[in-house]
Amino acid sequence: MDEEDIRKALTAFGLIGLGLVLTGLLQSWNAALGVLNLCLISGVMALGLNIQWGYAGLFNAGVMAFTAVGGMTAVLVSYPPVVEAWQVGAGGLLASVLALVVTALVTGFVYRRLPAGRKRFWLITLVALLGYLVVRSLFGEAVQLIEAVNPARTGFLGGLGLPILFSWLAGGLVAAALAWFIGRISLGLRADYLAIATLGIAEIVISILKNEDWLVRGVKNVTGLPRPVPYEVELQQSDWFASVISWVYSGRLENAADQRAVLAELMIPASSIFVKLCYTGLFATVTLLLLVLANRVAQAPWGRMMRAIRDNEAAAAAMGKDVVARHRQAFIVGSAVIGLAGAMLTTLDGQFTPGGYNPLRYTFLVWVMVIVGGSGHNLGAILGGFIIWFVWVEAEPVSLFVMRQITDLIPMEPASAYHLMASAPHMRHFVMGLVLLLVLRYSPRGVLAEK
Amino acid sequence: MGGFENSLNALVLLANFVLVPALAYGSQLALGAVGVTLIFGILRFANFAHGDTMAFGTMVTIFCTWALQSAGISAGPLPTALLALPVGILATIALVLLTDRFVFRFYRKRRSPPVIYIVASVGVMFMLNGLVRLLIGPDDRKFTDGERFVISAREFKQSTGLAEGLSIQTTQALTIGVAILAVALLFWFLQKTRTGKSMRAFSDNEDLALLCGIDPDRVVRVAWILAAVLAVLAGVLYGLDKSFKPFIYFNLLLPFFAAAILGGIGQPVGAIVGGYIVAFTEVTATYAYKQLAVYLLPSGWVPDGLLQFLSTDYKFAISFIILVLVLLIRPTGIFRGRVL
Repeated sequence: MDEEDIRKALTAFGLIGLGLVLTGLLQSWNAALGVLNLCLISGVMALGLNIQWGYAGLFNAGVMAFTAVGGMTAVLVSYPPVVEAWQVGAGGLLASVLALVVTALVTGFVYRRLPAGRKRFWLITLVALLGYLVVRSLFGEAVQLIEAVNPARTGFLGGLGLPILFSWLAGGLVAAALAWFIGRISLGLRADYLAIATLGIAEIVISILKNEDWLVRGVKNVTGLPRPVPYEVELQQSDWFASVISWVYSGRLENAADQRAVLAELMIPASSIFVKLCYTGLFATVTLLLLVLANRVAQAPWGRMMRAIRDNEAAAAAMGKDVVARHRQAFIVGSAVIGLAGAMLTTLDGQFTPGGYNPLRYTFLVWVMVIVGGSGHNLGAILGGFIIWFVWVEAEPVSLFVMRQITDLIPMEPASAYHLMASAPHMRHFVMGLVLLLVLRYSPRGVLAEK
Repeated sequence: MGGFENSLNALVLLANFVLVPALAYGSQLALGAVGVTLIFGILRFANFAHGDTMAFGTMVTIFCTWALQSAGISAGPLPTALLALPVGILATIALVLLTDRFVFRFYRKRRSPPVIYIVASVGVMFMLNGLVRLLIGPDDRKFTDGERFVISAREFKQSTGLAEGLSIQTTQALTIGVAILAVALLFWFLQKTRTGKSMRAFSDNEDLALLCGIDPDRVVRVAWILAAVLAVLAGVLYGLDKSFKPFIYFNLLLPFFAAAILGGIGQPVGAIVGGYIVAFTEVTATYAYKQLAVYLLPSGWVPDGLLQFLSTDYKFAISFIILVLVLLIRPTGIFRGRVL
């Protein structure tokens, strides 16, 4: 980073800070902190995508998949296990896994033992089909048993009951495993294939999460995940928090007639702001840590090699670099970071809602962040996450305001006025596309350009 | 019931629930996939905006259909949307030519790597997505009118005396007919006309084609026009057959890509074959064969389950599995398309 970069970064983050302060003053501090927390998470997502796109030039159209498996891991790590479901269903699940393994082994055996030809093809097809039917019936039975356990509240296996902070690491690992699988199939072919394969895996991951109720309850959602930070209600009843608040508001409390009532009144918004601040602290720590790591990696020989490969694959291959293996590394590491961000997001929400994932918000918006922030520049990507998330969130009230002015100014039928108001939020898709295209064309290196 | 009648019933059942729907869906996929593969062949990138281009054209057609309907104009037994189709096609041609002029041409002149085009197409996709939702909203729209059936299940049962009925909806017949016509015209164009030949030459070897004096701008323009026409046809037919919903149209990208890659990138014949294969696999794998078993197996042998290979929630998985298998086994696709 040179001086100009630092100046630009400071200005940009300063402007966002100003925007957040304005949000705090005009809307509420609670809302401002909510935006800030999501800015941080978006920054981490963008950082992950930047490792893939900025370092290696890989097009990942499945950011959503990695975010979602990160979120799923948060549930599986933190939710207390549903003992009854394990008792009724674990045996069946295990049996179906065993059957799957046996099928795979037999298929492999036939494949190796028989010479290539029509006979081998049909035998393998037969084995696979039979295996599929057996696995499916075992699995289906186990799933029915699990989903029948108290379906209104659980109906799934639950998780490990560990502190949810572990899931941030675990989410990264699960996302990395998924990335390894996709990378194996589609890296080394032309760039479009990775894009299409990741687009596909994103759809599939979401439909699995939506429909496999035994896993994370599907569209019935898992709510009430444990938190890494205190609960508002606990805070409002704790003495230390009361003393902190009475110290902060000491001036106002002295003049009050009923000090206890005023204090209780003040503690309700204060506790929720405190909780958000705790999250901010956690997310900011993770973001800074990842930024430092990513910058060190970028300056290390590995980073230089990645850039060399990105800028000229043929030359790098001629120098003896294994292009496909390096691409796979970058893809896996980037996906792990995105998975971590996904776990953080679910932690922040305190619930997992597979129906809420949509590719525009969770994949392509992250792309806009990276392109705008600066491809190949770590801090730039995080900055892009901040800018775009802020714009994305604030575009809704602003466009509603604009539409209201229009409908007030121009006389029109109530139906069309209603239509305009209802469609106002979609304006931001249009704006995001426009921003992406303009930056890509006129300032392709983004706000903070890679040196 | 005799055994012969049972097998006839089973045949009709399959035709009604597998053959006809898969043929219609396959035709829609084929039309979309040919558009994707043309852009792949000529401009050399995977166009992520294709689904939303389709949604845009369909939206214009729907608006026009509504206008015609309120003016009291109809196409008799056929859906009114057919009359509105030319407007949708023209609007979409204008749209893709504008996006090419203002977005893609710049990168073409600089000879940017394909991945930059993909990012640009994501930008276009975002804008179109916003535009469509802004104008028509994100909800489901039905715009089918006219006669519903060519053959209705009841008539079929009465005339044949079978227990199972075969119904062919007007939209299904129309889809298959229009697809055959469009594909025939496309191949005539690509094989027989000068422009079509120059497009194939350009797709095969760009540098050689340029040396031969083929105007690249013209080839690209024609490719966009063809892709737009096919996209609107696919979109309107899909909308007539099922319904119009912007998000579903975006999701159709995956089967399109799967079909195009399965057939071989840059190979229109391949894309058509690929489209039908994807559609047939999807429909056969998600169809519940229970009733078929009732007809074909002795009464004690019929299993309890639905006899469905895969729940319909996972129909996207079929496209993906096909894609993965192609990438693993034969990345060039059936018809030896381009691979890098």
